Amino acid sequence: MYVAVKGGERAIENAHAWLAEERRGDVNVPELSVAQIREQMALAVNRVMAEGSLFDPDLAALAIKQARGDLIEAIFLIRAYRTTLPRFGTSEPIATDTMACDRRISATFKDVPGGQVLGPTFDYTHRLLDFKLAADGDVADAPQRETDQADVPHVTDFLNREGLIEEAPHDDTVPRDLTREPLEMPADRPLRLQALARADEGFTLSLAYSTQRGYARNHAFVGELRIGTVDVEMDIPELGFAIDIGEITITECESVNQFTGSKTEPPQFTRGYGLVFGQTERKAISMALVDRAMRWEELGEDNVGAPVQDTEFVLYHSDNIQATGFLEHIKLPHYVDFQSELELVRKLRREAGAADMQEAAE
Amino acid sequence: MTDYNFAYLDEQTKRMIRRAILKGLAVPGYQVPFASREMPMPYGWGTGGVQVSAAVMTTDDQFKVIDQGADDTTNAVSIRSFFERTAGVATTTQTAEATVIQTRHRIPERDLTEGQILVYQVPIPEPLRFLEPRESETRKMHSLEEYGLMHVKLYEDISRHGHIATSYAYPVKVEGRYVMDPSPIPKFDNPKLSDCPAIQLFGAGREQRIYALPPYTQVVSLDFEDHPFVASKADHPCGLCGAEDSYLDEVIIDDAGGRMFVCSDTDYCTARQADGFKGKDAA
Repeated sequence: MYVAVKGGERAIENAHAWLAEERRGDVNVPELSVAQIREQMALAVNRVMAEGSLFDPDLAALAIKQARGDLIEAIFLIRAYRTTLPRFGTSEPIATDTMACDRRISATFKDVPGGQVLGPTFDYTHRLLDFKLAADGDVADAPQRETDQADVPHVTDFLNREGLIEEAPHDDTVPRDLTREPLEMPADRPLRLQALARADEGFTLSLAYSTQRGYARNHAFVGELRIGTVDVEMDIPELGFAIDIGEITITECESVNQFTGSKTEPPQFTRGYGLVFGQTERKAISMALVDRAMRWEELGEDNVGAPVQDTEFVLYHSDNIQATGFLEHIKLPHYVDFQSELELVRKLRREAGAADMQEAAE
Repeated sequence: MTDYNFAYLDEQTKRMIRRAILKGLAVPGYQVPFASREMPMPYGWGTGGVQVSAAVMTTDDQFKVIDQGADDTTNAVSIRSFFERTAGVATTTQTAEATVIQTRHRIPERDLTEGQILVYQVPIPEPLRFLEPRESETRKMHSLEEYGLMHVKLYEDISRHGHIATSYAYPVKVEGRYVMDPSPIPKFDNPKLSDCPAIQLFGAGREQRIYALPPYTQVVSLDFEDHPFVASKADHPCGLCGAEDSYLDEVIIDDAGGRMFVCSDTDYCTARQADGFKGKDAA
């Protein structure tokens, strides 16, 4: 005797209880605190802030804890929280040339005003597992020196003075807001950059890599990569002037790309731009390359049919929260659809079988 | 859950969604872009339907949620409890009592009435998507009423298989104008779309689209004169209630692959059994 499946509610509750237990793991091992995650898993926290589009290290760390370290799940928690927050207003554009840089490198010039600062990078570490870390995490203090607090000019400005790089004229047009308006094509550059700033790191990396390997090849130099803190200012109507409301850490990458000229543009260097919350340089560099590749139309380049040149393809598939939701929804019951397919396939097979019999008889 | 507004969304967002709904009702079958929000459940799991339900819901509503026709499938349970928590709204499993019904993949068997709202969860709102993947192209095709590609696809099915090989999400034409995706309901349900006294709203969260059918809208399933549309279902009565007019799920009941057929609409089946109807497999 068949009885219809019931008890979805209890199954869900029990699943949640089990999940909570698994999240905690072995209770004989001390529990992670949010502060520990924030301080010691900082790059994971940065990715969650960047793709979650919310600068809040504590909340990002909490989300990582709750998500058992599944960063896309953590990003999802942040996005769902973020969308409920009221909007007080819009900040002034941040001035990255006033950034207090922790890291600042240029691959195009041996030395530049403001200097090359390696900063806290994995770049020249030898990737050898440090077994000592398993036993004890004590570190010696890093050497320090005083810095002059002068602003650090952008490297691309030096090229600009010679007219060797395309102009990036100032534009006060208020950009469309991806989080408040539906994404519609064609997407202009500010909208594309917004989407890329929160795009999945892996997807952006792969697209950027594909341009390096020849799919819409556009040889990029890291004109400048800088990581540091900038002030966020907001105009307060009651005061009549802008005040500092806080400080954020960001990564900015300006790529300088070869360009031999097109029907409409003279030979010159062109720009790609990446700007991401936190220390997230893989993402920022990828973003700059993808941004540059998507500019083929305005620069009069050929569309060679490379995936990265297809703005609609890139933007509609770059958001990992959308992608993972739709991908995983196929776990939901589909037996009504499947039943209708069953009926159809059976019918087609019956008829195909009958036709074969007919042929054999003839 | 006092930290959130009634039915989770803030009033400005609801207002934005209501405007999209009104536009959709004014232009039946037209896909209205809307600024879909990230919801606390994954895209693809009914976020479009949830946003539409949240936007139309009032404190007096009786809310019903079905998935695959059933009130007790896990995702239906989850969405129902979401609104119980965030809106404190009364819920019901009875189609006749409900004022707002959110559904995934089915239209209830019992006829809907004036005053009811049926909210569909839609994964891919664009009926032309699998013929043309570009949104910029399909929007153009709709505005030019250029539906030749769809008819060619249906014709090719017939020439290859002898039938139109689409059994769910079967495309329809609304009031002689827009070709519309009815969401992945089995084509058995298509006739119920037309001339329906209830308001039908379609929400696609990830794809950021809302569309609508006002009451008594004419909805025609695409077909050819010599290959008319047929609403099909498994050729059996329900094993539990004996209904011959309802859409059936096929259930495998033993290791030998024995199977039985039961109503996918659990409310319909339960009500019939309560009225004394009995199928051949009923206890």
